Amino acid sequence: MNGAHDLGGMHGFGAIDPDPNEPLFHAEWERRCFAITLATGFLGQWNIDAGRFAREQMPPAEYLATSYYEHWLFGLEHLLVQRAMATPEEIEIGALELEPKPGLRVLQAANVTAALSKGGPSQRATDTPARFQAGDKVRTVNINPVTHTRIPRYARGKTGTVHLLHGAHVFPDSNALFQGEAPQHLYTVQFNGRELWGPDAEPGASTCIDLWDSYLEPA
Amino acid sequence: MNEHHHHDHNHEHSELSDLELRVRALESLMVEKGYVDPAALDVLIDTYETKVGPRNGAQVVAKAWSDPKFKAWLLEDATAAIASLGFTGRQGEHMVVAENTDTTHNMVVCTLCSCYPWPVLGLPPTWYKAAPYRARAVMQPRAVLAEFGVSLPSGQEVKVWDSTAEIRYLVLPQQPEESKGLSEAELADWVTRDSMIGVGLPRKPAAEGPRR
Repeated sequence: MNGAHDLGGMHGFGAIDPDPNEPLFHAEWERRCFAITLATGFLGQWNIDAGRFAREQMPPAEYLATSYYEHWLFGLEHLLVQRAMATPEEIEIGALELEPKPGLRVLQAANVTAALSKGGPSQRATDTPARFQAGDKVRTVNINPVTHTRIPRYARGKTGTVHLLHGAHVFPDSNALFQGEAPQHLYTVQFNGRELWGPDAEPGASTCIDLWDSYLEPA
Repeated sequence: MNEHHHHDHNHEHSELSDLELRVRALESLMVEKGYVDPAALDVLIDTYETKVGPRNGAQVVAKAWSDPKFKAWLLEDATAAIASLGFTGRQGEHMVVAENTDTTHNMVVCTLCSCYPWPVLGLPPTWYKAAPYRARAVMQPRAVLAEFGVSLPSGQEVKVWDSTAEIRYLVLPQQPEESKGLSEAELADWVTRDSMIGVGLPRKPAAEGPRR
């Protein structure tokens, strides 16, 4: 979706403003929001792509006016309601009205380290050969789905060169909608700055973007 | 000014306490429903506050500087080479290392969200997740680098990696000449977090070690 999250190439946000003494979390609610999001993610009721899609659905003006963990909180509340794990009223008022979903495996403290170390690889075995090889010229499609996609707006309809092949990976556009992993070959494609930004590009700059097979056509 | 500061300054008391209350209520609800073990939340927080951070990545870089065979492996199969040092898992399942050279400087961004190699760098700093960096890194990388105090020779190209999939990127900075011959443990102190994102360069450690 063409949401406020798709920030590449926008103007007007000002300087980067790094804080060399920044704490990892700025408030207790950030700590807890981070941990609740991770812990509930292990219940298997959604996947990482659905998680990203949930945050993207925050209205654009609100997204740009709020902090990072507010995006996470919005996404988590959205997913809990979407997956019938909580009602909006429960979240607003706190009173229990919906029975918990049965049969979920809850992340226990003793299993956290092992679960994090294991992670969740997105690569999948495939018999389909890669359509492109390193060095091939490719053009990206121009698509504007109202649902989740990982082709940024600034990279649509552009010509680049295949740089790396990564095998087949879960396709976010499908997985975010709970429509299956539908793995596709994933490539890193390198784009010249001028191709992306025209005469306003900085000299001697290129951008490498990870793109799935169906985002690409031969150029 | 980044979005976080902007937010804090405008709503310091009312909204932050609203958030504190809202998240506390959500945690109670999740515990009451049996969806989360509160002790697991404490372990998750402690993991990223005290155990997993950029010192892991610094170890990887220092080893690559000291051991040509490890460096070759790291560039060929970063996931396996990094796993051999014990750094695996969430948000680092598929690693690629981008080597800086005299002709190419690499820097990493996630324009769409906040993808970052957790096992080697920990959780990302606020500026990495905020709008200015995500908006500008792909279009004005040299201007962004200049704000971080890095000015590249005009002959050195900038290659920006936008992490749009589950591949996570770690920059292998060039080893400073004056650090040649130091031990791996000493070298790790030269490696800053920012040098592994590609917005900084390694530097001689201050007495108390690198800050970022």
